[in-house]
Amino acid sequence: MSERMDVRKTYKLYAGGEFVRSESGRSYLAEGVNVPRSSRKDLRDAVRAARGAFPGWARRAAMNRGQVLYRVAEMLDARRPQFAALLGGDRAPGREVDAAVDTLVWYAGLADKLAQLVGTVNPVAGPYFSFSLPEPTGVVGVVAPDEPALLGIVRGLAPVLCGGSTVVALTSGPRPLAALCLGEVLATSDVPAGVANLLSGSRAELLPWLASHMDVNAIDAGGCSEEELRAVEEAAAASVKRVVRPDGGGQGPHRAAAFMELKTVWHPVGT
Amino acid sequence: MAIAKRVDLAPRSPVFEYAPAPEATDHVRIASRYDLFVGGRFVRAHSRRRFETVNPATDEVLAEVAEADEVDVDRAVSAAADAFRSWSAMPASRRARYVFRLSRLIQERARELAVVETMDGGKPIKESRDVDVPLAAAHFFYHAGWADKLEWAFPNRRPHPIGVAGQVIPWNFPLLMLAWKVAPALATGNTVVLKPAETTPLTALLFAEICQQAELPPGVVNVVTGAGATGSLVVGHPGVRKVAFTGSTEVGKLIQRQVAGTGKRLTLELGGKAANIVFDDAPLDQAVEGIVNGIYFNQGHVCCAGSRLLVQESIAGPLIEKLRRRLGTLRVGDPLDKNTDVGAINSRQQLARIEELVRAGVEEGAELYQPECRLPERGSWFPPTLFTGVAQSSRIAREEIFGPVLAALTFRTPDEAVEKANNTPYGLSAGVWTEKGSRILWVAERMRAGVVWANTYNRFDPAAPFGGYKESGFGREGGLQGLLPYVELR
Repeated sequence: MSERMDVRKTYKLYAGGEFVRSESGRSYLAEGVNVPRSSRKDLRDAVRAARGAFPGWARRAAMNRGQVLYRVAEMLDARRPQFAALLGGDRAPGREVDAAVDTLVWYAGLADKLAQLVGTVNPVAGPYFSFSLPEPTGVVGVVAPDEPALLGIVRGLAPVLCGGSTVVALTSGPRPLAALCLGEVLATSDVPAGVANLLSGSRAELLPWLASHMDVNAIDAGGCSEEELRAVEEAAAASVKRVVRPDGGGQGPHRAAAFMELKTVWHPVGT
Repeated sequence: MAIAKRVDLAPRSPVFEYAPAPEATDHVRIASRYDLFVGGRFVRAHSRRRFETVNPATDEVLAEVAEADEVDVDRAVSAAADAFRSWSAMPASRRARYVFRLSRLIQERARELAVVETMDGGKPIKESRDVDVPLAAAHFFYHAGWADKLEWAFPNRRPHPIGVAGQVIPWNFPLLMLAWKVAPALATGNTVVLKPAETTPLTALLFAEICQQAELPPGVVNVVTGAGATGSLVVGHPGVRKVAFTGSTEVGKLIQRQVAGTGKRLTLELGGKAANIVFDDAPLDQAVEGIVNGIYFNQGHVCCAGSRLLVQESIAGPLIEKLRRRLGTLRVGDPLDKNTDVGAINSRQQLARIEELVRAGVEEGAELYQPECRLPERGSWFPPTLFTGVAQSSRIAREEIFGPVLAALTFRTPDEAVEKANNTPYGLSAGVWTEKGSRILWVAERMRAGVVWANTYNRFDPAAPFGGYKESGFGREGGLQGLLPYVELR
């Protein structure tokens, strides 16, 4: 018998629930393979998909979003060997996958706790019932750091999805494969199409368009350098985007709440 | 006297005929005998005594179940105390994983649990399938999420688990009450000795199997079956540091006395006599559905059942008429039939109590209405029952009947409605029906009750705290506040 010859995978973007090449037809070499180099048009398409998916995802019961995130964790855990191999190197690749799973499970459990942790009933001085509750902000651009390749993007996605917003994420530039494979996990995890969109390519090329896009509500600038951050904050002003800085405070309810609005409702009390 | 008579007549009103739609039971295996679940294994009871658990819809014996004695309870508490050392010291995120597993396993075995729940307890399959089991799974999922977030729930304090929790649960929602008790206890790092009700032990024993499937460390959950005596042994065991009880106010008071002076933490979820208040601007058809759901759901075996209907006088006539018509369309019978609305009464003992109170209602002069319905020859049954012209002093307006019996009273002003609704030693829940939002909140403010439903009834969610005022008990289950009974804040 002749030696088995492997069938190599074409790495694709994950946008609108589909695996696609860049509309520009361009690619770049990363981690030894050709990876799509997303264009401004790919970014716009992804934002459109994210906007389209937003109402449905935002209206899901928080408990249901938690279940879906937990399913993502289950699927990632099941593919642990695949990701460990991708992450390779001398660092502890298994540990990075584990940390990514931990992050997903943590935010899965947070979804239906958020309103109790950051919402309030307001003891106003009058016959009114007043309460404030968090609501998802809309479409969030997530700028993943170059390293760690998987954990970085998961730390960006999980809190945003937890709160009910949808995501357009720029993957690690030099190490995009784990993030693109995360698309395969999301696609098989009951995450509705368009809720999470993953774009590989040149950050220098894409970031200005993401930061200035009028239909993006917030940016997680986790992966930005000081210089990029300043540019993002400036561009964000055009549509008054919320920019969450790289030092966004780590894992916690405030992290999810950073991508949410607070709504206060008043209602009279009386016969 | 024509009460709870077994009428064998065709229905008079032109209701739809339903072909039988029985839920399959062939995928369910119930063992002929069940042992106690102690230290992660099913073990023979020291007592050597067993009792039968019966299908109340057929009077057939489903299985023999061990009756735990003092030695058995002591073994269970020891196993829980041993397990507490490692379980409480485990990283919280790891503990969360186990509780998530329990939730997923309940979802995976959902239909089996629903069928067994219905066979053992008599509740309609559509309720066990669509309410009890999904909510039980949701409770575990919800509390799993809290396990590694307690520092967010109690900022600036260090929450510690208490120890072994002795939990005694009732027969009306066996698996769901198990979930309400076990899920918060485990998530916060406590271990459990659970005593299910003697008439409905089977789903707790299936849950014990699920604990094995989840590879939950041995001793974290222990199930000791038996009657009141076993429950009293669990409550009284010196190794138990936290007692949680759901059941009657009468037994709750006994437990509060038993626990007095021991330093044990206690939460009680007891009886109720909830008022469902319908104002003249309420959407009547919607209100009728809510009233029916409030009192006939689960045969009225619900501590928060809307057992008193308070109707504004001006609409009492049309509302009662609609309600009577609606009662005629309730399908009473085989709990395993997917169309059944009202199933079997849980036990002969409970049936006798319902019959006694309904007799008292008639003797005290209230007007009885029961739709004509065909009740099966075997098993324990009681038709949906409506009393009108009920005096506030009447036993049926004061005592918890825990059956499908509604007592209707009237009121004229909102103040009078509030006065009458609160005129009870209980304070578990209340309902209010009106299109006016400000009035909903006005009534809710004045209700001396732990849960108020507006333009809906009998809603439950793991995220929403549940529990009573006054003699309906203390402590809350569900929500952030439901964690508190299971943690010591240092």
